[in-house]
Amino acid sequence: MANHSSSASESSRFMQHHFVDADQQFDAAKMGMWIFLVTEILFFGGLFAAYVIYRAWYPELFTLASEELNTLWGGVNTVVLIGSSLTVAMAIKSAQLNQKKNIAINLAITLALAAVFMVIKYFEWTHKFHIGIFPGEFYSFEGIDHPKANIFFSLYYLMTGLHGIHVVIGMGLMAWLLWRSLKGHFDSEYYTPVEITGLYWHLVDIIWIFLFPLFYLID
Amino acid sequence: MDTAESSSNLKKIQVQRFKPDDNPDNHYLNEETGLWSWLTTVDHKKIGIMYLASITFFFFVGGLMALLVRTELWTPAKTFIEANTYNQLFTLHGAVMIFLFLVPSVPAALGNFILPLQLGAKDVAFPRLNLLSYYLYLAGSFIAIYAIFSGGIDTGWTFYTPYSSSTGGAVTTMTFGVFVIGFSSILTGVNFITTIHKMRAPGLSWDKLPLFCWGLYATSVIQILATPVLAITLALVAMERILGIGIFDPALGGDPVLYQHFFWFYSHPAVYIMIVPGFGVVSEIISTFSKKHIFGYWAIALSSLAIAFIGFLVWGHHMFVSGQATLASMVFSFLTFLVGIPTGIKMFNWTATLYKGSIKLASPLLYIFGFFFLFLVGGLTGIVLGSIALDVHLHDTYYVVAHFHFVMVGGMVMAFLAGLHYWWPKITGKMYNETMAKIACGIIFVGFNVTFLPQFVMGSQGMPRRYFNYIEQFQSFHQVSTIGSYILGLGFLMVFYYLVKSIYRGEQATSNPWGSRALEWQISTLPPLHNFHHTPVIVNGPYDYHKPMEEFQLGLAESGNGHGHDADLEVTKEGEDLSAE
Repeated sequence: MANHSSSASESSRFMQHHFVDADQQFDAAKMGMWIFLVTEILFFGGLFAAYVIYRAWYPELFTLASEELNTLWGGVNTVVLIGSSLTVAMAIKSAQLNQKKNIAINLAITLALAAVFMVIKYFEWTHKFHIGIFPGEFYSFEGIDHPKANIFFSLYYLMTGLHGIHVVIGMGLMAWLLWRSLKGHFDSEYYTPVEITGLYWHLVDIIWIFLFPLFYLID
Repeated sequence: MDTAESSSNLKKIQVQRFKPDDNPDNHYLNEETGLWSWLTTVDHKKIGIMYLASITFFFFVGGLMALLVRTELWTPAKTFIEANTYNQLFTLHGAVMIFLFLVPSVPAALGNFILPLQLGAKDVAFPRLNLLSYYLYLAGSFIAIYAIFSGGIDTGWTFYTPYSSSTGGAVTTMTFGVFVIGFSSILTGVNFITTIHKMRAPGLSWDKLPLFCWGLYATSVIQILATPVLAITLALVAMERILGIGIFDPALGGDPVLYQHFFWFYSHPAVYIMIVPGFGVVSEIISTFSKKHIFGYWAIALSSLAIAFIGFLVWGHHMFVSGQATLASMVFSFLTFLVGIPTGIKMFNWTATLYKGSIKLASPLLYIFGFFFLFLVGGLTGIVLGSIALDVHLHDTYYVVAHFHFVMVGGMVMAFLAGLHYWWPKITGKMYNETMAKIACGIIFVGFNVTFLPQFVMGSQGMPRRYFNYIEQFQSFHQVSTIGSYILGLGFLMVFYYLVKSIYRGEQATSNPWGSRALEWQISTLPPLHNFHHTPVIVNGPYDYHKPMEEFQLGLAESGNGHGHDADLEVTKEGEDLSAE
């Protein structure tokens, strides 16, 4: 990423007292976010570990149950999220190029794509609830010929649910960034929040890129 | 102010040496006053003190529960409480002591206060996040307290499934509380690592970083890598209870041993979250009170990281009798022994530092000596428990209870008390009563041994942990242990008494009462609001006792001139020029 300029006058609006200069503030914020993302990966890691174990235990179940998931909508959602990662990257680039209007536009598109993702997710989940695919002991669907079919869907709901919570948090952050960018807070001198929220959003995207084949594309 | 000016042609930074004020008019406690200023403060020093007050409270809550448990065990049958209450008491004693006291004690309380001072920073990297961490800790502890009053839990602090996912009581609430506290722990870890990387004063290169900071660094690495796994595990237990997801329930296709793997993947490293910052405290105090450069600086610094790393590979030694594969048990046993190597390296280096040192036997050092003895016993019995055949015999007996109390209380609490005494003058600006401190240290040491040594014996004879009734053969051991616990409690009360008293009646502390070379002692007592009026430039490291104090070089550049974080080496060179003049 390009070097962050540190001419004091412009950035001093958001410069905090305990930093020596804007560079230090920017570097610290970015590093803090990277470390936080490591904790996020480990947070999901527990679930991925559970997934690995139960897939090894019940391989035929995972193949069978996977067919109940709608690959088309899963694929659409993958494209939607990758697109949103692109627009958030463009928002950062716009900030670096000092194109203030484009920051807001790109953030707004990102927010809209995230909402599309959640809407599709909503229809997927409610459809399954409708035919009796619930997690755990509430599972009542009889279309899959396997006694432990609930395990697959428990993991499915847990992992896509946790991912969904992260998307919702991301939408909140995007809305906050949008509001700030409309007030003109961000420019080439100062765009730290855009940058680190972008990092977070890429992680949300990457986790989905793992979830999609693991649940939808088992063959 | 006593200044000795000199300047360098190399970088044109004016470096001055300031003699700090002993009792400055403006310091962090009086620049902003009132309750609201405390509740909304982003000053790391005040947040550290708030943590200190909170963990002290929970220490006495957990300690009271321990005394009740020990009192109940006075007779082999019921003494004064019901079996169910007894189960809840030892569960809460464990949960409160570990999640609300031990884990945050050194990192969050002492670390918050001292870390930025040792780095020459004005604050941690994310001050508001720091305050958020504190409130998450507080929120989590309120949730845990709420759990106690809404049914309590009797699962033991490990929340083992399937019992925890099927029993009554407030397990969901309690795990949620621990989840929130874990989040606080993660954010503190993120904050500290970033601070150490990005906020060091000019000249403070990695080879001059105080060992307390290295200890906190290793601790933070464990916090950010282990805590999220505990968080997801406890979330799964909650889901298991609410939705019956079947991850841990065999009836639904799950596996309860998976819970144990997940849980110990956090909780074994968590043991090092509790002890590694204590090692950092030991290094600081040993150097200061023997007036010597720390022996084997890099060995001590890197062994902290080695312990953090190996700590992630040994969780299976908690599961030798759980039905895991024999080969896995053997590998975990082998890896467990490896932890002894970096720990041994530390012990030898501390001893070598003390050797021929100009030792001043003040109370912080006395607590450290207590730490040495007790932690050594705890460590050696850990080797016994790491051996598979012996562990099968000793598993879940009082031997294990004694072992981890020797490590956690004998090691960690002693190191915490040592650090608290050591930095007390800097934190409060007051000196405590040294005689009482020494007596209390002796009482704690004696009380501790009387409490836990008998437990080794009865554990090896087969007394299981957590039992409400026991056979009469063990009664005398239990009674000695109970008496010891009262002595121990008395010792802690005494510490509390003289420390609090010193705030009101203690004599004023000078800025550097121990004659230390570490940076936090080169500023005023009490410290000013933003720690440093001038950006410090580190010329001599924190353990440089080669020259008398007057010649100790700590440059303080004029504010604004000392440029940030990546100018390290050049400024150091300049400092060497200075000392040659």
